[in-house]
Amino acid sequence: MLKGFLRADGRKGIRNYLVVAYLVECAHHVAAEIVRAFPNQGVHLIGFPGCFPSDYAERIMQRLCTHPNVGACLIVSLGCESFNRRNLEESVAASGRPVATLVIQELGGTRATVRAGQDWVRENLPALHAAERVPMTVSELVVGTICGGSDGTSGLTANPAAGRAFDLLVAEGATAIFEETGELIGCEYFMADRAVTPELGKLLIECVQKAARYYSTLGHGSFAPGNAEGGLSTIEEKSLGAYSKSGQSPIAGLIKPGDLPPTGGLYLLDVVPDGEVRFGFPNISDNAEIVELIACGCHLVLFTTGRGSVVGSAISPVIKICANPETYRRMPEDMDVNAGRILEGQATLDEVGREIYGLVIEAANGRMTCSEALGHQEFILTYKYFEPISPACLPLGAPPAYAR
Amino acid sequence: MQPNTRCNVLRLSPGDNVGVVIRAVSPGELLIFDGGTATAIDSIPYGHKVAICPIKCGEKVLKYAAPIGSAVRDISVGEHVHVHNIKSDYLPTYLREGEARYHERA
Repeated sequence: MLKGFLRADGRKGIRNYLVVAYLVECAHHVAAEIVRAFPNQGVHLIGFPGCFPSDYAERIMQRLCTHPNVGACLIVSLGCESFNRRNLEESVAASGRPVATLVIQELGGTRATVRAGQDWVRENLPALHAAERVPMTVSELVVGTICGGSDGTSGLTANPAAGRAFDLLVAEGATAIFEETGELIGCEYFMADRAVTPELGKLLIECVQKAARYYSTLGHGSFAPGNAEGGLSTIEEKSLGAYSKSGQSPIAGLIKPGDLPPTGGLYLLDVVPDGEVRFGFPNISDNAEIVELIACGCHLVLFTTGRGSVVGSAISPVIKICANPETYRRMPEDMDVNAGRILEGQATLDEVGREIYGLVIEAANGRMTCSEALGHQEFILTYKYFEPISPACLPLGAPPAYAR
Repeated sequence: MQPNTRCNVLRLSPGDNVGVVIRAVSPGELLIFDGGTATAIDSIPYGHKVAICPIKCGEKVLKYAAPIGSAVRDISVGEHVHVHNIKSDYLPTYLREGEARYHERA
C-alpha cells in the first residue's frame, strides 16, 4: 500500500531530503545560502543557534540528521562553537548516510564555504532523487499530533477528529504520539486510567504535575490571549479540548524528546524540561514542539488549528486540520482539512477522522501537503534539559539498539 | 455529540451546564440546544460559552462532562460564560485540587 525509503537501521522514510545543519547561529547565514541555491529540490535547513554546550540540542540534532525522511546531511560549523561536530558527523556516517562537515573558519570564510557546500549538495542530490522506494506498511508509520492557535472550536471538531484518525492508525499498528503536557493539566487522571500499566499511569500523572509546577513558576500556563478571544476560559478547558487529539487507544508509553517509541501504539511525549526552571518557556512556539515530535521519529505531523496557523516544518510534512469553518473560508490554501464542516452539519467526526487518515496515507505516498506546497520549512531548536526516562515509561519494550 | 443543524448552541455532553454558541447571538435571541431552549441575555461571540442551566457562585462549570473551572458569581441561563465569571481550579492551586479530584474518583 505504501512505499518508503529504506534506511540502514531498518526504518523507512516517506521523503528523501538532504538536510543542511548549522551548529551555531554564526553559521546560519552560510548554511541558508547553501540551501537557497536548491529551491523545491528537497534540501532543508535545520540548526541550533546556541554557542554554549547542550546535551539536549546535540541529541535532537543527531536524531534529526538520522531521521528516516533524511537521506544525506551537510554539517556547517563556524569552528569555535561548543557543539561536538565530530560526534554528530560520526553518528550520521554510522547510519549509512552521506555526510560532510564544513568549518567556515578553516575553509576561508563565507564565499568559500557556500561554494564548497553547494558543490557537495550538487554532488549528492542526484542519488537521493533517483533512490528506489520499497514497500512499507501503515504499521511502520510514526505520526505526531499538535495543536496551535486553538479556539473554542478546536476541541469540538479538529481535535476529536484527529483523535479518530489516531485510533484508525493505532488499530493498524502504527505509532502515534501526542504531547504538550502543559496543555493536559486537568486530564491527568483520565489519562492515567488509559495507561497499559498502573506504574505508567502514575508516571503520566507525575509528568503533568511537573508541567503544572513548571508553568506556575513561570507565572502562567500555556494559554495565549488568542485562546481567550476564541472563547476558551481556563487552562483545563483548553486541556480537555487538546486531550481529545489522543483518541481512545490505550497509552503504551511515556517518552521524552529524542526517544524513539519501541512499538506501535499511542505514546505521550513529555516536552516540559526536568529540574528547576532554567531556560524559560518549555516551548517558545509551535515549531519547537513539532521539532521534538520529529526527533522522536514522526514521519508526519497532524496540526489542528482554530485561529489559523500557517506553519509547516523541515524534514516531516505537516497536515493542517482547520477546526473553525470561518477560519477555513479565510485561509483555505493553508488548510488540508476543513473539520469546521462538523459544526455546520455537513460532516461527522468519524467522516473527518477517516478523511485525515486518508490524507496521512496519501502524504506518506508522496502527495505534498498544503504547507509543503507553499514552501513552509520552519525550524526552531532551543536550550532545554531532560533526565532519561525510567524503564517503567516503556512497559511494552526497550527502544531499539540504534535509539539508545 | 453530532450537532443538529437547527441548533445554535452545542451541548457537548448531556450533564453540561454550559454550551458552545455555534453562531454569534445577540441579547434576546432564542438559544436552541439539544435538550431545550433559552433566551440569550448577552451578546455572545461565535465559539464562546453560554449558561444553559443556572450556575451558583463556586459551582463547577461543566463542559465535555468534565469541570473546566468554577463560577466566581451567580450566572443566569443565557449569560455569556467566560473569564469574567469563571476561574480555573488548577493554576495556581493545582496540586491540591487535582489530588482531591482523583481521590474522589478512586
